[in-house]
Amino acid sequence: MSKIAVIGGGIIGVATAYELAKLGEEVILLEKNYFGSGSTFRCATGIRAQFTDEANIRLMKHSVERWEKLEEELESDIVFRQTGYLFLATSEEEVEAFKANIKLQNKFGVPTRLIDMDEAKEIAPILNTEPFLAGAWNPKDGKANPFKTLFAYLFRAKGLGVDAREHTEVVGFEREGNAITTVKFRYNGRIERVRVDAVLNAANAWAPLINEMAGLKRNLVPITAYKHQLVKTEPLEPGQAEPLICPPSWNDAYIIQDGEDGGIICGAGIEHKARSLNDVEPTYDFLRGVLDYAVRIAPPLRYAHIVRQWAGFYAKTPDSNPAMGKLLDNFYIAAGFSGHGFMMAPAVAQAMAELISKGRSKVPLDWEWYDPYRFERGELRTSAFQIG
Amino acid sequence: MAGKKIVCRCNDVTVEEVEALIDSGITDIEELKRLLRIGMGPCQGRTCIPIVLGILARKTGKKQEDILLPKARVPTRPVRVEVIVGGADE
Ligand SMILES: Cc1cc2nc3c(=O)[nH]c(=O)nc-3n(C[C@H](O)[C@H](O)[C@H](O)COP(=O)(O)OP(=O)(O)OC[C@H]3O[C@@H](n4cnc5c(N)ncnc54)[C@H](O)[C@@H]3O)c2cc1C
Ligand code: FES
Repeated sequence: MSKIAVIGGGIIGVATAYELAKLGEEVILLEKNYFGSGSTFRCATGIRAQFTDEANIRLMKHSVERWEKLEEELESDIVFRQTGYLFLATSEEEVEAFKANIKLQNKFGVPTRLIDMDEAKEIAPILNTEPFLAGAWNPKDGKANPFKTLFAYLFRAKGLGVDAREHTEVVGFEREGNAITTVKFRYNGRIERVRVDAVLNAANAWAPLINEMAGLKRNLVPITAYKHQLVKTEPLEPGQAEPLICPPSWNDAYIIQDGEDGGIICGAGIEHKARSLNDVEPTYDFLRGVLDYAVRIAPPLRYAHIVRQWAGFYAKTPDSNPAMGKLLDNFYIAAGFSGHGFMMAPAVAQAMAELISKGRSKVPLDWEWYDPYRFERGELRTSAFQIG
Repeated sequence: MAGKKIVCRCNDVTVEEVEALIDSGITDIEELKRLLRIGMGPCQGRTCIPIVLGILARKTGKKQEDILLPKARVPTRPVRVEVIVGGADE
């Protein structure tokens, strides 16, 4: 049994702590704020395997299979629903691109298909079909409640003995050669130390600071905190816009109905570089911009009330693919998830835990594709298809 | 329902539910908010948050003033979409 420190109490850190404990490891999980306070509790809840490259499609295919069994495994209702994702094309070129993506997804067993606007209207009665030519529809994509999912993992992790600490900030390491020996953290104003055999950096937007504490270059894994925002309406009748609906050519704007309370969550790729790693103030230009798109997708939304708006970070790498793998002999990273960290968590957590504990993993995760050293080598992957 | 003590009228949350979660070790108001959806209704917690703060203070022995309030979200009152995108006839 090794002692492993997981830094970051977002969905990636919490789920990996659980998977490590399942493998019999002794885990200490450290979160500087409250659990979920980073990107995780701000996400749009969406889960999809409709990507445009092999690595992300295969990883998400596996992840969705895990999501399908997660309520049973965690013995908790996490409101996982396979209500689908519907992408909408506005030009003939886009229809052709959809067809090529669908072919690739089908090759790996993701059942996406091209549908016409009559079928789209049946799937989402609120939809304005007029601007669109066709849809890419995968009924197995879906959504889940991020709050309940994180806590379901956390309760099970604690049950397996994980020492989970919040309001506990990692402030430094002691390192011997290429290995971290000790993690230093601050709790209640006091600095404490814990000796460890391995460390996982799951601090997402803050991950470069953790890398720097480990004696690496801050920009070895270049992650930028972009402010991504959402706006939510009052509850509407369930069934109006259950799938995530998105015309990618409209600045990746999307709407998705909350699986629990029926409010419509509206997002768009209107991004601001955050002024600091605390800057999560919502902006008016976003509100205005996102609603312009939302009422074009679903005109009846014009008569709904907005009840809230919030912001969080898209912790983005230059190619929008996360960095996952080993940085030093016993120092690992899983960070930079852009808009996909929630949906990827079940697969990523299992893969990272197996890598750390056994040195290899059964998960179809292409380690080369996500190699954290790729940026230093000047390599970029094809940009991961970004939207929620 | 008789005997059901509601703390959050927007989302129908009871005193018992709040107390049970606190007993299970969740004492951070941001976490209580998200697990129970208190403060997430149209009134943004004007009714329920003060009550939950009271319960938290009583159960954890902390002073109410020492418990951080959860972050309020804009808008503070529900706004109709058409007021923002234009085309409202108000
Ligand atoms: C508006 C929005 C919508 C999104 N929509 C979706 C979606 O629909 N589907 C999807 O899959 N993803 C979505 N995402 C992305 C998703 O939320 C993230 O990719 C995911 O939550 C990342 O999880 P994480 O655990 O890596 O990071 P985080 O949740 O950010 O967790 C990192 C944690 O590390 C902690 N930390 C930092 N420094 C330290 C330190 N020194 N010591 C201790 N702890 C530290 C932070 O406090 C934080 O809690 C969205 C994101 C946003 C902002
Ligand atoms: S009473 Fe709880 S949000 Fe309104």
